[in-house]
Amino acid sequence: MSELGEIWVYLAREPLAALTATLLAWIGALRLQRALGRHPLANPVLFAVAILAAALLLTGIDYRAYFEGAQFVHFLLGPATVALAVPLHRQWAAVRRSAALAALSVVTGGLFAAAVGVGIALALRAAPEVVASLAPRSVTTPVAMGIAERIGGLPSLTAALVICSGITGAALGPLVLDLARVRDMRARGLAIGTASHGIGTARALSVSAAAGAFSGLAMGLNALASALLLPLLWHLVFG
Amino acid sequence: MIGALATLLSCQLAGEVLARALHLPVPGPVIGMVLLFAALLLRRQEAPPALAATADALLTNLGLLFVPAGVGVVLYLPLLARDWAPLSLAVLVGTLAAIAVTGRLAQWLLRRR
Repeated sequence: MSELGEIWVYLAREPLAALTATLLAWIGALRLQRALGRHPLANPVLFAVAILAAALLLTGIDYRAYFEGAQFVHFLLGPATVALAVPLHRQWAAVRRSAALAALSVVTGGLFAAAVGVGIALALRAAPEVVASLAPRSVTTPVAMGIAERIGGLPSLTAALVICSGITGAALGPLVLDLARVRDMRARGLAIGTASHGIGTARALSVSAAAGAFSGLAMGLNALASALLLPLLWHLVFG
Repeated sequence: MIGALATLLSCQLAGEVLARALHLPVPGPVIGMVLLFAALLLRRQEAPPALAATADALLTNLGLLFVPAGVGVVLYLPLLARDWAPLSLAVLVGTLAAIAVTGRLAQWLLRRR
């Protein structure tokens, strides 16, 4: 028993277990997605998060202890964001002609996403810090957390809401775009990237290179525009 | 692959330094993306194969990279339990309405030319 205890102490202290669990959960999530015939609702990020969250709750392991190990995966988000320049460059000939119009759609869509979320939360009388945490939820995680801090939200709640918005858009966005009869791959990419940042971009990339490039472009533009405009507008509207 | 990783990290590092030095509200990796993109445009040819391969490898598994932060929802279960209605409605309706509006607007704007 004491030997088992020692092994447990080792596993809880070293990053190895959390890292292995994260990769295994991701592989399991991809298998599950394939088993469900790659249905748009079958999102691997959602599956992997659910598997790991359930495991943490069942074993009573602290999230911070898990993140100690999993941060090595989390760290790669930075270089991956930089890497989005490559598909954008590849599609640049197609993107360049429509860059200004694309930017106009993204800025309008990004502010609309924030306004609708805030409006619903206000109408349902959510706490003020919850309302502020909702405003930047369609922006990519690190930017969204920075914006939340500046307008009186809770940065880590914002991070959770950003992920939820990403999964929602990646899972249901294609269905909504079908219903709205948006067939232009460039417009589909822009819409998904504006509302669902990197998680939506991951899905767009897996469907079409053009949609992926426009989605990455929208994610970057929305991050720039929201970081500049949201705090400004917030102070104008809410004082 | 190491060279490509070093390129990506250098761009990110330059982005972080620029963001702090100039007090930009934009995060370092986004500035790094702009820097790498500008560098690729200036070369006036396709991205180096090693860089393209590493970028593609990272981006085909982009979803995985969001998992550790996503598991953080376990920290907010009490808050989510209390404010679940406004939060889930705002996320669901806000996100889907924004996708429909952005998609329609973009398709309309792009089709006119």
